Amino acid sequence: MIEMKVISKRFGKVDPLSIDSYIKHDGYKGLEKAISNHPSHIIDEVEKSKIRGRGGAGFPTYIKVRALSKEAGKKYIVCNADEGEPGNFKDRMIMENDPHSVIEGMIIMAYATGAEQGYIYIRGEYQIAMNIMKETIKQAKDKGFLGKNIFNKGFNFEIEIRSGAGSYVCGEEFSLIESIEGKPGRSRTKPPFPTEKGIHNLPTLINNVETFANFPYIITIGGDKFAQIGTNSSTGTKLISLSGNVKKKGLYEVPFGTSIRDVIFKLGKGVKDDRKIKMVQLGGASGPIIPEYMLDMSIDFDRFENFDSKTGTGAIIVIDDRFDIFDILLTNMKFFVHQSCGKCAPCREGHIQIVNLLNKFINHRATEKDLMSLENLANVIQQTSLCGLGQTSMTSIISSLRYFRDDYFAKVRY
Amino acid sequence: MNQIKEILNKYPKEEEYLIEILLEFQASKKNHYISSEDVSVISKYLNIPESQVCSVISFYTMLSMSPKGKYVIQVCHDVPCFVNSANNIYDKLVEELGVEDGETTEDKLFTLEITECLGRCNESPVMRVNDKVFVNLTPAKVEKIINDLRGENK
Repeated sequence: MIEMKVISKRFGKVDPLSIDSYIKHDGYKGLEKAISNHPSHIIDEVEKSKIRGRGGAGFPTYIKVRALSKEAGKKYIVCNADEGEPGNFKDRMIMENDPHSVIEGMIIMAYATGAEQGYIYIRGEYQIAMNIMKETIKQAKDKGFLGKNIFNKGFNFEIEIRSGAGSYVCGEEFSLIESIEGKPGRSRTKPPFPTEKGIHNLPTLINNVETFANFPYIITIGGDKFAQIGTNSSTGTKLISLSGNVKKKGLYEVPFGTSIRDVIFKLGKGVKDDRKIKMVQLGGASGPIIPEYMLDMSIDFDRFENFDSKTGTGAIIVIDDRFDIFDILLTNMKFFVHQSCGKCAPCREGHIQIVNLLNKFINHRATEKDLMSLENLANVIQQTSLCGLGQTSMTSIISSLRYFRDDYFAKVRY
Repeated sequence: MNQIKEILNKYPKEEEYLIEILLEFQASKKNHYISSEDVSVISKYLNIPESQVCSVISFYTMLSMSPKGKYVIQVCHDVPCFVNSANNIYDKLVEELGVEDGETTEDKLFTLEITECLGRCNESPVMRVNDKVFVNLTPAKVEKIINDLRGENK
């Protein structure tokens, strides 16, 4: 078995709308253990676990958690459930199947850091998940896990749901903060980072849904034991959203270090109609496109960092040989034209020019000079954009220029 | 008007609730849009300029200041759906409805939109009709969904 169910172990077994069902399946045990210890102990466990953020960037979680715990006064904890990256549905699945694990993770973090207010920012398209999370918060409140003087420990914590309204960029942390404040989601310059100046310029810790769902498990088994799962640089398990032209699309959970090929062929049962794989896009629209011969690569943050992308979300989109690389690139780039918030020029103008250049290739009107322009412009957008959107959107272009260069030359007019 | 007040009274008079208020306003209307009168009421309630309300509406794709059909149909067009023949789904909708991306049918029943990923890539191709998501679509299924909706409104 290459699957290892930790975050998804309760999927289909618990009634998501029943807190008692969750408790019966060892729910809130992590919280119970957490609050019997000093808050600093929890942060130590998170550090020992070596867990890295599951939203894509793979930042070591304990650094953010410790930073927030050191800030005095009012502070916030935010669960980022604005899962807009095409090809990803893991956060939705967690919220729809085991919502209390997210709440439990948030309460543990609140206790560890001293934050008294939490938000879950859910994309507007996830109506079902939103309704479930609202009910989940109500149930946790009724049981006394949220509210004032939780477990008679003198600590208070409330969670509010905030809805997105159809904006991909709001998954980026500062855009998300702006959106929670009721404004258009246009990012801010870093530093200062959210743990210093976030919502209303107060310290804010933002983690992905899957990251929060990991905390109860880390506390239950201990950081050291958690660190033994996966690889040296990437500990624990990863939820993989497998989609595209595979026989069995779906959500799978594997320990880090599993190869992409195993996920596609052992879990996804291979390519539909037994066609050949032309390419695989990792992470989503902002992830790299790799050829078939690279599929033995393992799922690991350090490996993915070579692509400078948000590959770490764990999406695998399989594309068979009926499709041309330009079909996929154009779909991706049109997406970014639409999703750019317009605040900085490289992103706002750059994506439009990238689409123009791609169309030149598609219509066999590109020259070698256009190939150079495409390469240069992609690098400029990546290096000079203000936020994560423009800094990662070029990954598919840059990786395709590396691995599918012949496809470009085939379209060039000499 | 009463309904409007009812919605507003649920929220503290703080600017950070603007998006929540707008979403609830829009959901309460059968044409899925926020009128300029609504903008003025909301801006007075939150004590912020109307331009600020409009800038938020224009930024977020789920919010609209122009009326839409009773059913807003959003077809996903991103890569996971695209490689599973989302084009055929869109083409079928164009054929059935006689409108294209962003347009509303003459009888004001349907608005067709191409949308970003709906996060249902495990069941692609997909589309959303108002709040309801339809998965594993085929052109035949699309035809049936449209006919059923038309039937409900005869």
